[in-house]
Amino acid sequence: MSGFLDVLVGVMIVIGSLFAVVASVGLLRFPDLYTRMHAASKAGTLGSGLMLLALALEAPHLDIFTRAVAGVVFFLLTAPVSAHLLARAAYLTGVKPVPETEPDDYSRAIGVTRSDPEGER
Amino acid sequence: MSASEFLEICVLISLALLVLSFALITIRIVRGPTFADRVLALDMLVSTGIGFIAVIGVKTGFYLYIDIAIALGLVGFLATVAFARFVMHCGDVLGGESAMCYGSDSEKQR
Repeated sequence: MSGFLDVLVGVMIVIGSLFAVVASVGLLRFPDLYTRMHAASKAGTLGSGLMLLALALEAPHLDIFTRAVAGVVFFLLTAPVSAHLLARAAYLTGVKPVPETEPDDYSRAIGVTRSDPEGER
Repeated sequence: MSASEFLEICVLISLALLVLSFALITIRIVRGPTFADRVLALDMLVSTGIGFIAVIGVKTGFYLYIDIAIALGLVGFLATVAFARFVMHCGDVLGGESAMCYGSDSEKQR
């Protein structure tokens, strides 16, 4: 049983770090801030959450397990909040998305005209 | 190969991948075009650091590292929120309009 748990923890750690690497590659190669935010706040949170869950599975006591799971829940709650705040602040201060971002509804919602204001619906 | 040896190899592979991830995020921090890109990369750096702490906790067996990871997550969240408010007030700092951030009229656009 302990051997199976060791194998499970190892696989979860490697998968989590692979998610972190994929998120950082996306952070490096995506064209603008908003697509980079996809990579960082989804895959990055999933990677570190998986690694914390692996540490929770390996812990011998219930209090350590509870703390690790509480940490995962805390990250899952705070990552969308901070990403939303940063995206909203960046958009309102004029960081433009790439022109391929075709239906830009938020620009009409706040009354900002972009370079191509003929967006259909 | 026993299960504990497999776990040791997995920990080493995972640490190597996380170091690669740190390097890529640092490249984005250095050449982020806007200030918000750098803030986003710093947030991602904190998140990857939490994963690194978790892997170190699995490797060494010191479960006190979980508390450090939770505290680092809290500080990272608050830092990102504070940076987002800073961006909201001052705009792109490298864009040349940072002079009004340090003046007395920074409260008028609140």
